[in-house]
Amino acid sequence: MITLRGVSKDYRTREGGRHVLRDINLQIDRGAKIGILGRNGSGKSTLIRLIGGAEHPTCGVIKREMTVSWPLAFSGGFQGSLTGLDNLRFICRVYGADIDRARPFVEDFSELGVYFREPVKTYSAGMRARLAFALSMAIEFDCYLIDEVLAVGDSRFHEKCHHELFEKRRDRALLMVSHLPQHIREYCSTIYVLSAARIQRFDDVDEAYAYFAECG
Amino acid sequence: MVSDTPLFRSLAIQARVIGALLLREIITRYGRHNIGFFWLFLEPMIFTLGVTLLYGYLRPMHGAMSIIPFAITGYSSVLMWRNAASRCSKAIEPNLSLLYHRNVTTLDIFGARLLLEISGATISLIVLLAVFIFAGYAPMPADPLTMVGAWLLLAWFGGALGLIVGALSERSQTFERIWHTLTYLMFPLSGALFMVDWLPAKAQSLILWVPMVHGVEMLRDGYFGSAVRTHYDVGYLVLVNFIMLWVGLLLIDRGKYLVASE
Repeated sequence: MITLRGVSKDYRTREGGRHVLRDINLQIDRGAKIGILGRNGSGKSTLIRLIGGAEHPTCGVIKREMTVSWPLAFSGGFQGSLTGLDNLRFICRVYGADIDRARPFVEDFSELGVYFREPVKTYSAGMRARLAFALSMAIEFDCYLIDEVLAVGDSRFHEKCHHELFEKRRDRALLMVSHLPQHIREYCSTIYVLSAARIQRFDDVDEAYAYFAECG
Repeated sequence: MVSDTPLFRSLAIQARVIGALLLREIITRYGRHNIGFFWLFLEPMIFTLGVTLLYGYLRPMHGAMSIIPFAITGYSSVLMWRNAASRCSKAIEPNLSLLYHRNVTTLDIFGARLLLEISGATISLIVLLAVFIFAGYAPMPADPLTMVGAWLLLAWFGGALGLIVGALSERSQTFERIWHTLTYLMFPLSGALFMVDWLPAKAQSLILWVPMVHGVEMLRDGYFGSAVRTHYDVGYLVLVNFIMLWVGLLLIDRGKYLVASE
């Protein structure tokens, strides 16, 4: 279980402090599928970073009693001169996973062929996306964080991702953030709407949308 | 954030993460072609060697002390704190996205870079001294243990300075620019180019406020032994190191909150 109690986050701007999140209370149970709806700039990504532990709240408590992934398929950590294999090694070392066990899956899923041993800077956008997703699946977590559903790749890639995440790992918790309602409608049973730095919980999907459209 | 991770496990994770960052840094910086990571100590070696040879030609022997080990001990000490600090300057920004992996902290990023720089400077010092000793251009060190002590204190100083410079450079661009000027100003004051004993008494008491001077003097005391008169205070350097490390860790801890998204 992951619990957020009274979590707030401020950022400094030139005009002084800005409250991005205020008094957020949220709970993720094992296997829960949670969607977070919010406009651009409403603080969704900040919330993901706080839950993932990349940033710390200004005040409040975040308690993690299960393992949490980094934002799914996040490729910002790729360094151009490192190869796909180097990146796999790095991830495995950081998370204490066995490289030899993770490697066959990543090689197979990413379909990089000989490029697996070439620098990432020679990759196309699709290749990067495949590697990033494969790396996210190389380490097993209890809860996966998804910051906007994958926009890159072809339909076959999307199918493969869908299979890995929503079928093979259906017992895991998911926290999905999006500004596009249809994605959240498809996968989530509990929905939070984020607006004006505050969060509101809905168990009924339609109610959440009505509120989301209203507070726009 | 509540941390339930026991200390021992935290340390194990930190060691693993720093190891991973270290290997990543080596490949990124030196690549895997040609002589690759040998540049880690070849770079400081070539620099020290160049300056040493230049010195050897320009200056006659100073009393009982030969100029080559004098230059090597001096420049290696400068490289230690200068490189350690410079590599920490703006170290976080290019690695910001790695902080998405919760186990990776800003301290780990600095730690990996410091470890790399300190090892590079250390290997460079050992190799250069060994080569010149075997070639007969330098005497054997009088007291290697004192040298090791001095070197560790200098490494500690470099590491603490690195944390401070790294944290401040992330907060202020002005600091980053001033830092470069500062290193040039600090270089002649750091004790690399002179022995404290050569200075007039009044200048001696002033220069001994500079912490690096104590490290270099101690290093030379270990190398030359009774052949030279050195002036240093281990207690002073340890005290300064403690304070600087404390300040550095404090700045980084606060920096955590300022490291926002890209």
